[in-house]
Amino acid sequence: MSDNGYKVGSNLEKALKAGYFAATGELGPPQSADRSVVEHKAQFLRGIVESVNITDNQTAVVRMSSISVAVMLMELGIEPNIQMTCRDRNRIAIQSDLLGAHALGIRNLLCLTGDHQTFGNHPQSKNVHDLDSVSLLQMCRDMRDKKVFQCGDAIKGQEPRFFLGAAENPFADPFEFRPYRLGKKAAAGADFVQTQLIYNMGKFQEFMRRVVDLGIHERVYILAGVGPIKSVVAAKYMATKVPGMEVEPQYIQRLTDATKGLPSPEQIKAMEPKEAAQARKARKDALEGEGIRICVEIINACRETEGVAGVHIMAIEWEEAVDEICRQAKIGPKYDPARQTTE
Amino acid sequence: MIVAQQKPLEEIKAMIAGAEKVLILGCGTCVTVCFAGGEKEVAILASQLRMATRLAGEEKDIREFTVQRQCEFEYNDLAADHIRDADLVVSLACGIGVQTVNEQFPQKLTLPGLNTSGLSQPTEQGVWEERCQACGDCVLATTGGLCPVARCAKSLMNGPCGGSQRGICEVYADRQTPCVWDQIYKRLEALGQLDRLMEVHSPKNWSTSRDGGQRKITREDLRL
Repeated sequence: MSDNGYKVGSNLEKALKAGYFAATGELGPPQSADRSVVEHKAQFLRGIVESVNITDNQTAVVRMSSISVAVMLMELGIEPNIQMTCRDRNRIAIQSDLLGAHALGIRNLLCLTGDHQTFGNHPQSKNVHDLDSVSLLQMCRDMRDKKVFQCGDAIKGQEPRFFLGAAENPFADPFEFRPYRLGKKAAAGADFVQTQLIYNMGKFQEFMRRVVDLGIHERVYILAGVGPIKSVVAAKYMATKVPGMEVEPQYIQRLTDATKGLPSPEQIKAMEPKEAAQARKARKDALEGEGIRICVEIINACRETEGVAGVHIMAIEWEEAVDEICRQAKIGPKYDPARQTTE
Repeated sequence: MIVAQQKPLEEIKAMIAGAEKVLILGCGTCVTVCFAGGEKEVAILASQLRMATRLAGEEKDIREFTVQRQCEFEYNDLAADHIRDADLVVSLACGIGVQTVNEQFPQKLTLPGLNTSGLSQPTEQGVWEERCQACGDCVLATTGGLCPVARCAKSLMNGPCGGSQRGICEVYADRQTPCVWDQIYKRLEALGQLDRLMEVHSPKNWSTSRDGGQRKITREDLRL
């Protein structure tokens, strides 16, 4: 598998290396031991994206483990991209899990520092942070390319091989340092990067100009983070309450305008049940339609931005939207016209 | 300096419930400077406990004494009679002082009246901010003199992470705590040393920190 010019030969690596505008998805594991939740979400992603990120206890809330969900996804015909944070595991546990992940057939790995546990449902827990995202990348690269454990001991036998991902937030500060930090991650071993959700195209394009000037896009595939917004409330929340996120006012305005002319929630309350249900659906359809249109516009703009190799679609708790987004944007294995003859 | 804060009065009251004669033992060094366990704080706590126990109809004999430095045997010798005469000792020293007194006077149980919370700098009147985590392998030379181990919520060696916005760390609910990596960036920029930030820092050696077990320094040149 590794003598064909690929580092690991995953779908994601192949699509990026082939020069297709790649699309990846994301699946948040359940806060229970219920496999059917994974199966339900998976049906909306199968065949539509190259690979699906599986979050690692995102926002520090306890969820089904990323590696176990990855196995379920592979059984369902979906290529997983496991996320691994430095919050809950030290270098011993991470390396151990990665040996197992490779043996189970997992080939994509996103290396993250991890959300602080104070955001989650166990704020009294102890965090680890033995490594950080950069030193984690370095360790995983050395396990793959130098066949050594972090301590320097040789890996006798099969080494764990992953197509290595990193995250970067172009909207965090200091803005001037962000392209350099991306370069640092590339230097530490990142093969691809998935960015924070983009709702400020101008700032992202400025970030990318600097990344391209530094030549970092030639060393690492950059997937722009995108996602559909479902409601005005969600847009305002992201704009004001989520650190490290920027939402341009025009998007909030467009979502607000999407339901213009439709009965307001107050008017719906006064309606007969049947009429109210129809009116509610009309509002929902209008909002969701606009949310998806905005997302597709952002994808198209990313595609026009030099150095962007694809998009990472985060449709959190709205996996159904991914198919429509990819269809409208004409991207991914299912809808990219360039791939219909070869795939 | 070592900084500490007094435990809630209710917790201290519960601790001394079974005792009749209680000694509140202060320390004249770090905890005096941070207004947690010096002579004055000993007097205040002793008064509070006298009043509280009187109100509860079970007045106790609360005594006061403060030594200059509770983490060294020779200073505690001066409190020996007071300690022996009490049923129970509540130490208003840091965790080191509490353990020193317990070790020195094993027949008496000495309890902590403070929560020791860090190696901190008084940044303004009434405010102490943690500055050092005693990791045993100082990195300040590479970070513009600002410590990411103690001051970054994730102890990142290759920060800042994506949660740094307008110079503020996302972790703290007050939304006022500076992101130390933002400060490191600005400091190195001012020093013309931004290239330092381009170095990939490999996993830190934590064996010199608490992770290596209890630390002990032995200086043969100083031993008798």
